[in-house]
Amino acid sequence: MTKLKQNRIIDSTFKYFGIFCTFFGLIVLAIFIFNILTEGVQRINWDFLSNLPSRRPAKAGILTAWTGTAWILGLTAIISIPLGVAAGVYLEEYGKKNRLASIIEINIANLAGVPSIIYGLLGLEIFVRTLNFGGSLLAGAFTLALLILPIIIVATREALKAVPKSLREASFGMGATKWQTIWYQTLPAASGGILTGIILALSRAVGETAPLIVIGALAYVPFVASTPMDEFTVLPMQIFNWVSRPQHGFVINAAAAIIILLLITFIMNGIAIYLRNKWQKKVNW
Amino acid sequence: MKHIEANNVNAYYGENHVLKDISLTMKANTVTAFIGPSGCGKSTFLRCLNRMNDYIDGFRKEGDIFIEGNDIYDKKVRVEELRQKVGMVFQKPNPFPKTIFENVAYGLKIQGIKNKNILEEAVERSLQQAALWNEVKDSLHKSALSLSGGQQQRVCIARALAVEPSTLLMDEPASALDPISTAKIEDLIAELKDNYTIVIVTHNMQQAARVSDKTAFFYMGNLIEYDKTKELFTNPKNERTENYITGRFG
Ligand SMILES: Nc1ncnc2c1ncn2[C@@H]1O[C@H](COP(=O)(O)OP(=O)(O)O)[C@@H](O)[C@H]1O
Ligand SMILES: [Mg+2]
Repeated sequence: MTKLKQNRIIDSTFKYFGIFCTFFGLIVLAIFIFNILTEGVQRINWDFLSNLPSRRPAKAGILTAWTGTAWILGLTAIISIPLGVAAGVYLEEYGKKNRLASIIEINIANLAGVPSIIYGLLGLEIFVRTLNFGGSLLAGAFTLALLILPIIIVATREALKAVPKSLREASFGMGATKWQTIWYQTLPAASGGILTGIILALSRAVGETAPLIVIGALAYVPFVASTPMDEFTVLPMQIFNWVSRPQHGFVINAAAAIIILLLITFIMNGIAIYLRNKWQKKVNW
Repeated sequence: MKHIEANNVNAYYGENHVLKDISLTMKANTVTAFIGPSGCGKSTFLRCLNRMNDYIDGFRKEGDIFIEGNDIYDKKVRVEELRQKVGMVFQKPNPFPKTIFENVAYGLKIQGIKNKNILEEAVERSLQQAALWNEVKDSLHKSALSLSGGQQQRVCIARALAVEPSTLLMDEPASALDPISTAKIEDLIAELKDNYTIVIVTHNMQQAARVSDKTAFFYMGNLIEYDKTKELFTNPKNERTENYITGRFG
């Protein structure tokens, strides 16, 4: 067999292997979504969204779960966005590029990869016990904010790095201070990338369960939270709770709740992708 | 009257000694051209005049530079104020990704001026001076990025003029432009000379000959020759100047 022919065989083998791998992932996902949809879709109605949890599957709803998720989403955003963006701006624009900076940089990248349950333990120690927040929304939001902070910091830095030097020079050349240059030019120019990172980070927070279990979020909460100090549950916890029940009715409920959760994350990711595309088109000055 | 005076300026990027003992003076309301082969230090010297090199890691300067009698590297000098007096136009047009109006008004806005009448007046005056007003007066609130390259560069000039500087530094302002836009910029320089002191870096010797009163020839960090433009181009004193302007190297 000639070398050429051999190469061609390797080439086409790899191509078909690649196609198989791609479709394997897609097919599994499709089967999963199809299953969930056939099971859950008929369960989604106004009552399901507005009912409190119940021992009878047909009466149980996800009101406490989705309001909890909304609370967590809002509080986590309020805590993590200013901190993360400010840290990113400091590290990228003000921090000296020395040894310490590169150590911090590596650490932040590593933090983004720490298993979420570790953040749960951290949150339990700091927010639940030391700061005495208990198993409240606030403790949960702070814990999740810590979890997604590295993502926001890294996204902010990347977005700032992509802003062309000529823009900063134009601003400095006009007599702007560093802060004016950041506030009026660099940050707005980077805002698309930063926003994309924030939304992706928040959509990760929405799906997290493990750290919330650790800090003591409850699966069964019979009331809608009205202050950040209230106990709470979130959609993934509710799903986790329902799938572990024996009755088939609860499995259907879980499927319906999964559809809602998927919808939320799909919409958030959709917005992120939309913003990224829009932003990429704009960055051609 | 001496407008800009540099005394024994040396500049370094790390170990790289890029300006060697440069001394020269420029009069008010004149155009001075810097010429010389790529990498000879023209931009570095220009950027010393409004301290744009301050941010570059490893940059170091020795010697004194006076503008309108003030030592611009003095500790008491606020670099932001210096740059309002000494405006800069860059090689590649770099308008902000904002409207034409916001671009031109930026310098006043960062000085805290919010009065709409003052801003509108300054924007119109500056765009007039930059010979752009008639082309854009109906689209002031369109993005500056939607303009042609030549128009963008004139927005950048208007932006620099809006804060009423005394001095305008231009680093190859026409090198990214087509011949017609280049001609417009050159005409503009001739007009602005009445009110501003202009220093222009250019690669184009005809351009230097057309627009400038005096020309400085730089070579490998040295100021080889500095003279009236006409004199330097017709009767160069130094052999290297002659070689350069006759195109024997460069
Ligand atoms: N930011 C910088 N960092 C390090 N070296 C630089 C920097 N800018 C310019 N240089 C060096 O300084 C020398 C002079 O550059 P420059 O002033 O840009 O020359 P010119 O404008 O005449 O082409 C060159 O050798 C260049 O490599
Ligand atoms: Mg240059």
